[in-house]
Amino acid sequence: MITKSSEKQAAFIKNHKKQRMMITLLRLLVLILFIALWEGASNYQLIDAFIFSSPSRILQTLSEMVINGSIFYHTGITLFEILVSFSLGTFLGVLIAILLWWNHQVSKILEPYLVVLNSLPKTALAPILIVWLGHNIKSIIIIALTVSIVVTILNTLNGFHSVDKDKIKLIYTFGGSKMDVLRKVVIPANYANIISTMKVNIGLSLIGVIIGELLAARAGLGYLIIYGSQVFKMDWVMMSLILLALLATGLYQGIVYLEKKVSRYNM
Amino acid sequence: MSPLLDIKEVYYSYHSLEGETETLKKISLSIHKGEFISIVGPSGCGKTTLLSIISGLLKPSKGEVVINKSLIHDTAHCVGYMLQKDHLFEWRSVYSNVLLGLEVARQKTRENLDYIETLLHNYGLQDFKHFKPSQLSGGMRQRAALIRTLALKPEILLLDEPFSALDYQTRLSTADDIGKILKKEGKTAILVTHDIPEAVSMADRVIVLGQRPAEIVKIFTIDLSLRNRTPLASRSAPEFGQYFNAIWKEMASYDH
Repeated sequence: MITKSSEKQAAFIKNHKKQRMMITLLRLLVLILFIALWEGASNYQLIDAFIFSSPSRILQTLSEMVINGSIFYHTGITLFEILVSFSLGTFLGVLIAILLWWNHQVSKILEPYLVVLNSLPKTALAPILIVWLGHNIKSIIIIALTVSIVVTILNTLNGFHSVDKDKIKLIYTFGGSKMDVLRKVVIPANYANIISTMKVNIGLSLIGVIIGELLAARAGLGYLIIYGSQVFKMDWVMMSLILLALLATGLYQGIVYLEKKVSRYNM
Repeated sequence: MSPLLDIKEVYYSYHSLEGETETLKKISLSIHKGEFISIVGPSGCGKTTLLSIISGLLKPSKGEVVINKSLIHDTAHCVGYMLQKDHLFEWRSVYSNVLLGLEVARQKTRENLDYIETLLHNYGLQDFKHFKPSQLSGGMRQRAALIRTLALKPEILLLDEPFSALDYQTRLSTADDIGKILKKEGKTAILVTHDIPEAVSMADRVIVLGQRPAEIVKIFTIDLSLRNRTPLASRSAPEFGQYFNAIWKEMASYDH
């Protein structure tokens, strides 16, 4: 039996809260310490602020770029590229997985090619794509797509194949068709799997977009990083890195939120 | 009266790279409307294969299955099939699970929905419609699975060890529940099991299958001196032990 109000229980909860508070405080402390050390070291010229930048210089750069609006432009472009390649990758990946599940013959034929494509470091394709498609957003999106789509196909297909055979048989006992098996069992049984593939995908799309931007862009955070490093504006590079980290975390948390919503209804 | 289900000299073999495996050999059986048949036999002897053939999921290598005078593949929908596990989908509510069969068969008519309401009400699931399957007890899950099958108004029900995943206590009461429900709804049923007491307690006839390739070794007609026979009451009938022993001996004679 669970009692909610005994003295020991109250003490336990108090202790638990204290622990959590402690952890949050220490986490903040690590961050503050890191920033303070960085700032201090560059102030007392232990490190060269020209190469390593410093928190205050980053902040100053950021406020300048916020005022002239350019930071929103670059972040917006990168975010746009990530979202488009992520959506395309997830959608096309799942679609192709469905087609391969549907047609076992085609799946068997393509299997070795998928395995090779999966092991190939997709970034090696980036230069070719840029030659074919030019220095533009389109080629950046396609580069990011090649990074994420093969993994999506393989993960999703794997999930489709691991659906309980008897659940499929059940649909056939009702006189159902293959389409019914797909719609009533295979896809719903794979919601969680597809979401976890999306989690991997958002990270891969980010990698793909940044590689694309490093190689081919005229705008975006990746462009700021490569341009900044070429003209030794390390403040730009560091600021872009920090924004990128925030962006990646935000997107990942978005998927986690989606996962929670879906699992509440389905699992 | 002509039988509802007529299995005529059915053979079945399946093929793999290692060769051909004969699973069923010359199975002939006639079942009348309202009868309850249990099939027992050693594990892996082809009991499930036989059910799959009766349901039309598999085609026999030789022979034919006739239901209501028509060949099985024309009338596949008049056979309901209950699998070993209840296979209620966790992403659907109990109610929407029960509707699955109607959805797939595209028979979600007013009349059928009303019939489901009646079944849910009669068999104590009315208040659990919007629950998730994981919130139900094992026995309730099995009843929900039965309603899902009954919703399509099958003439014949195939039960493939539907109680094997339950613990002993639940198993007895669920078998009792389902036996009563089937009798009340006037359904013809074929139960596959390797549990002899369960087979005897539910059936009018017990069919004993031999080792693979399975043939019908013997048919026992169960005649118990009970007035109101239910699966649970059957177990305390005076003849119960004799049937058990006879079937046990029959199975032990070729089991090694």
